Amino acid sequence: MNAEIRNIKTNAELALAEAYSAGKTRLPGGRNVVALREEAAARFDALGLPHRRVEEWKYTDLRALMREARPIAGAPDAAGIARAKDAGKRIGDMDARRIVFVDGTFVAELSDLADLSPGLTIRSMAQALAACDPLVEAHLGKVVPPEREGVVALNTALMRDGAVVHVAKGATVERPIHLVFATTGQTPASVFTRSLVVIEAGARVMLVESHDASAGHQVNTALELVVGDKAHVDHIKITGGPSDLVHVSSLMASVGAHARFNDFAFNIGGGVVRNQTFVRFDGEGTLAGLRGASLLNGKQHVDSTLVVDHQAPGCQSREVFATVLDGESRGVFQGKIVVRPHAQQTDARMMTRALLLSDEAEADSKPELEIFADDVQCGHGATSGALDEDLKFYLMARGIPETDAEALLVQAFVGEAIEGIEHAGLRDALMEQVVAWLWARGG
Amino acid sequence: MLEVKNLHATVDGKQILNGLDLVVDKGEVHAIMGPNGSGKSTLAYVMAGKPGYEVTQGQILLDGEDILAMHSDERAAKGLFLAFQYPLEIPGVATMTFLRTALNAQRKKRGEAELSTPEFLKLVRDAAGKLEIDMEMLRRGVNVGFSGGEKKRNEILQMALLQPRLCVLDETDSGLDIDALKIVSDGVNRLRSPDRSMLVITHYQRLLDHIVPDVVHVLSAGRIVKTGGKELALELEASGYAQFQGEAAHAS
Ligand SMILES: Nc1ncnc2c1ncn2[C@@H]1O[C@H](COP(=O)(O)OP(=O)(O)OP(=O)(O)O)[C@@H](O)[C@H]1O
Ligand SMILES: [Mg+2]
Repeated sequence: MNAEIRNIKTNAELALAEAYSAGKTRLPGGRNVVALREEAAARFDALGLPHRRVEEWKYTDLRALMREARPIAGAPDAAGIARAKDAGKRIGDMDARRIVFVDGTFVAELSDLADLSPGLTIRSMAQALAACDPLVEAHLGKVVPPEREGVVALNTALMRDGAVVHVAKGATVERPIHLVFATTGQTPASVFTRSLVVIEAGARVMLVESHDASAGHQVNTALELVVGDKAHVDHIKITGGPSDLVHVSSLMASVGAHARFNDFAFNIGGGVVRNQTFVRFDGEGTLAGLRGASLLNGKQHVDSTLVVDHQAPGCQSREVFATVLDGESRGVFQGKIVVRPHAQQTDARMMTRALLLSDEAEADSKPELEIFADDVQCGHGATSGALDEDLKFYLMARGIPETDAEALLVQAFVGEAIEGIEHAGLRDALMEQVVAWLWARGG
Repeated sequence: MLEVKNLHATVDGKQILNGLDLVVDKGEVHAIMGPNGSGKSTLAYVMAGKPGYEVTQGQILLDGEDILAMHSDERAAKGLFLAFQYPLEIPGVATMTFLRTALNAQRKKRGEAELSTPEFLKLVRDAAGKLEIDMEMLRRGVNVGFSGGEKKRNEILQMALLQPRLCVLDETDSGLDIDALKIVSDGVNRLRSPDRSMLVITHYQRLLDHIVPDVVHVLSAGRIVKTGGKELALELEASGYAQFQGEAAHAS
């Protein structure tokens, strides 16, 4: 029965398979990469787009939400590049090194590759694939390969460009790296970006990804991130875009011993957004914060799915996700914490909160703990509810108008998660985004 | 200044106020005393416009203007202030932000210019100093981690900053130690002026030794059952409310 269902492919799946077979000879990469793509394409052929009967996707039926697949984006023209100049503005006036991708292609003229600090290497994935870069050969597809993941397989099959960042052992990169992904083409297209970031032992870097898009695009982006022993890495992903944007993102991170990894996902746009994060603790004594804030309105659907795999003892993970839902939006949070038998003294805490500003909005939360060690502290909590009327009354009784009172309470709600970002300037910039969102809502 | 006429109000469908009449003239301080559950806080909430408190009959006039049709924030901008019996904690909203937003919102509604940061800070520093509130506390979330007494002091700080024309104080003395009672009472007394009226809800004569009222009312079963001078509070201290509970039952 299952096999039968699987054999009936949707238009989107057929189009994607066709795009691969028609375009594969033009995709970058040497023999090993070709083999990787072939294998991934075969896996996608077997799995298809994830749908509601796939447990990890039960709230986000991508097969139903993505009936048609857009044609693969071509290289951007001058007008497209010009339109991308303003992308990535959500970080405010934070000073960062911009590396820009337009319609999934690296654009040197918009990027700043000058004066890289010692130990920092940045190149485009397309170049790295074509040149059989040893770093890419060593890590690509191997960092935390999720099982049975159709969208990651699809990304691997069709990946064309992205960033390859390497920070050498012990190097500190003072200036944050800002990867700006702008999809600005005027006809709706599919974009497959793949990045690899390897931070060697003891290194320090802050990496920000901004994703902006114009009408109707389908973006499938993936990042493999290796955090070495004693490294300190901040990763912030900011996603915006119009209500007909489909944005599927996979972060696969392995974290070494005694490291600090601070991840934050900020969602403020897009029609269907899935942010899936797979984090594996490979070494002991590491601290990781995996946080996020999402602001949803209209018919937006935003899904944050997290798999945190404690394979090493004595690591601490903190997950804090805040979602504000207005209109008829739908927010999904799935968080799974796995603690392997020898990962003793794991301390993992997950908290997800949804604030419903409208009766039509819906928030689903599915926390899961799979604990195989006996000496651990793990917990999760989930809350979902409307704004506190008593607090609103208290504010209004002091002369604060209703919309402003609501805005203050929403900012406080989101602020708790945003506090987890270490960079004060970026925190302020994101709070400004929250304020702007509240204004647009009618504040 | 304040005229409450034949006020009837329900909370969750339950009748709490039953034809309450009250007039407070400009510059006067009135005390309201009465047994637990008699409707004192309900009166305060109805005046401030708390959702769920429904007026079924009667009027509340502030300077001749019916405030019942106004939203809570408009009432505040018109000069009404309620010091809550149980001030709420608002995690994530810094007290300073809260004070400034409130003050500027009221000023804006009255067509006055917003205060600059230095002007605002000076106001807060002065007012907080008089109430012996540490500025450090004001950087925390509103009332978060404040002790019961600190919360009450924070209410009076807000009152001092907002300079209302009608202050309603709901059991501001409860939870205060003797020193704090003095600080808070002094704070309230500093605000007494010929242009400002006050309605002080309390159970204890002790507060009225500090804030000496012009008139004392007894509220029982949702209406004013006795009105007198400040000596009435002393009488109540001696005799309790039993006599009035009978009276109220009789009247309703
Ligand atoms: N939400 C509610 N639903 C039903 N009854 C309520 C509600 N809130 C208050 N009441 C009732 O209204 C009555 C008056 O309450 P109120 O708080 O006004 O009394 P009070 O005079 O302030 O008492 P206290 O001296 O204890 O502060 C009480 O009987 C109380 O139980
Ligand atoms: Mg009361």
